[in-house]
Amino acid sequence: MSKDRVRVVVTGLGATTPLGGDVASTWSALLDGRSGIRTLTEDWVDTVPVKFAGVAAVDPGEVLPRPEARRLDRAEQFALIAARQAWQDAGAPEIDGERLGVVVGSGIGGIGTILSAYDLYREKGWNRLSPFTVPMLMPNGSAGWISIELGAKAGAHAAVSACATGAECIGYGIDMIRSGRADMVVAGGTEAAIHGLNLASFAAARAMSTRNDEPERASRPFDKGRDGFVLGEGAGIVVLESEEHARARGARIYAAAAGVGYTSDAYHITGLDPDGQGGKNAMLAALKHADIAPADVVHVNAHATSTPLGDEIEARAIKEAIGGHAIVTATKSMTGHLLGGAGGVESIFTILALHERIVPAIANLDDPADGIEVDLVRGEPRKLDGDQLAAINNSFGFGGHNVAVAFTTV
Amino acid sequence: MAMTEQEILAGLGKIVNEITGVPAAEVTPEKSFVDDLDIDSLSMVEIAVAAQDEFGVEIPDDQLKHLKTVKDVINFIQA
Repeated sequence: MSKDRVRVVVTGLGATTPLGGDVASTWSALLDGRSGIRTLTEDWVDTVPVKFAGVAAVDPGEVLPRPEARRLDRAEQFALIAARQAWQDAGAPEIDGERLGVVVGSGIGGIGTILSAYDLYREKGWNRLSPFTVPMLMPNGSAGWISIELGAKAGAHAAVSACATGAECIGYGIDMIRSGRADMVVAGGTEAAIHGLNLASFAAARAMSTRNDEPERASRPFDKGRDGFVLGEGAGIVVLESEEHARARGARIYAAAAGVGYTSDAYHITGLDPDGQGGKNAMLAALKHADIAPADVVHVNAHATSTPLGDEIEARAIKEAIGGHAIVTATKSMTGHLLGGAGGVESIFTILALHERIVPAIANLDDPADGIEVDLVRGEPRKLDGDQLAAINNSFGFGGHNVAVAFTTV
Repeated sequence: MAMTEQEILAGLGKIVNEITGVPAAEVTPEKSFVDDLDIDSLSMVEIAVAAQDEFGVEIPDDQLKHLKTVKDVINFIQA
């Protein structure tokens, strides 16, 4: 077997989301169709047109010791919590650090730190700043901290591609193992961007829902009444491992991380190319990398952010790349959009759908948009039948980044 | 009115605990920050910044490096 055909499997999962402080509580909430979106009460809320978001269900300050938490941006706190869960879930194996990598990014980085440090600098002067201000605001901070924690020396990377970040990091982790640079990689994405400036900026881009009177109903991918995305926060991180390494230590295997496809639209800095070719080609590239056929793919966790234009373009791309048989869900209807964390948590949901053979339903899908020719999961979660199944997680980001990650049952 | 050694010690204990997790009760005058309390140089910067807020006394970097023990800090603040 050549190095670039090494099979990669998923042996650990970790997450903290608006639905729960770990993977089990988040997954159970998704299957129950619960919403993690709530009205905000911060003092800046009157200054922005969007007054709700998916705040993390468990505040990281409740999980981390205070001396550790104060040196970490909130996005890094989420990442470290999720990485620890994933590593424990993988059995916290003994491994040569030279064969362990980290790929964890954030779409924006430590924006909360930047804003509060700027206020402190203006009000009290430079010498009141924490000596940790720089590692708190840098978007590669999470990757660095996780590498220190685990002794990972095969490389710590932080892909940054807006809302495709988490998926791109998992893709890069797959590539690290397939190319022989590591035996295990801790990979995923994180984000903590619920702040007035970010809500204002995304609202200025006319990208956000303003359904302020019904926050839990605001994220409604593929529904006729959708009016924009809903901001969420949190992290999703997986442990990737060569199958050989996982089998040798008797690890529990959730699924194979079979392949990844990347494309760029080269069209518009925020808008999707209306012909959907970028998303379609990312899915086709993932299938090729995974050496599977469109007919093998039974399920797609769509990027579907609930924006008026994006969801229908993606549905057409799925139809063209995979076919109308694909069972499609859109879990942002319950978590909101975790930006750089989205591809991490949604890859976990895709993996669990294969492992548990069940796909969560899309919440708030009362009246599907016209012309959607894929199988949207409505009402109740849908069981998956069959032995050998494949599924795809799509993640697209401002900048024109398209990432599709393919997973298969083992 | 100048603070007493006990008041400063209590304040320092709170700061050191907040920043490093070392129990406040272990912050006693004879302890060395580096050798006894396992506090690194960046944490000392954090402690100096917090002490500025708590006691209203600025500790310049060139002074900070000479403050080896808890008692040294107490003396600096009282001076």
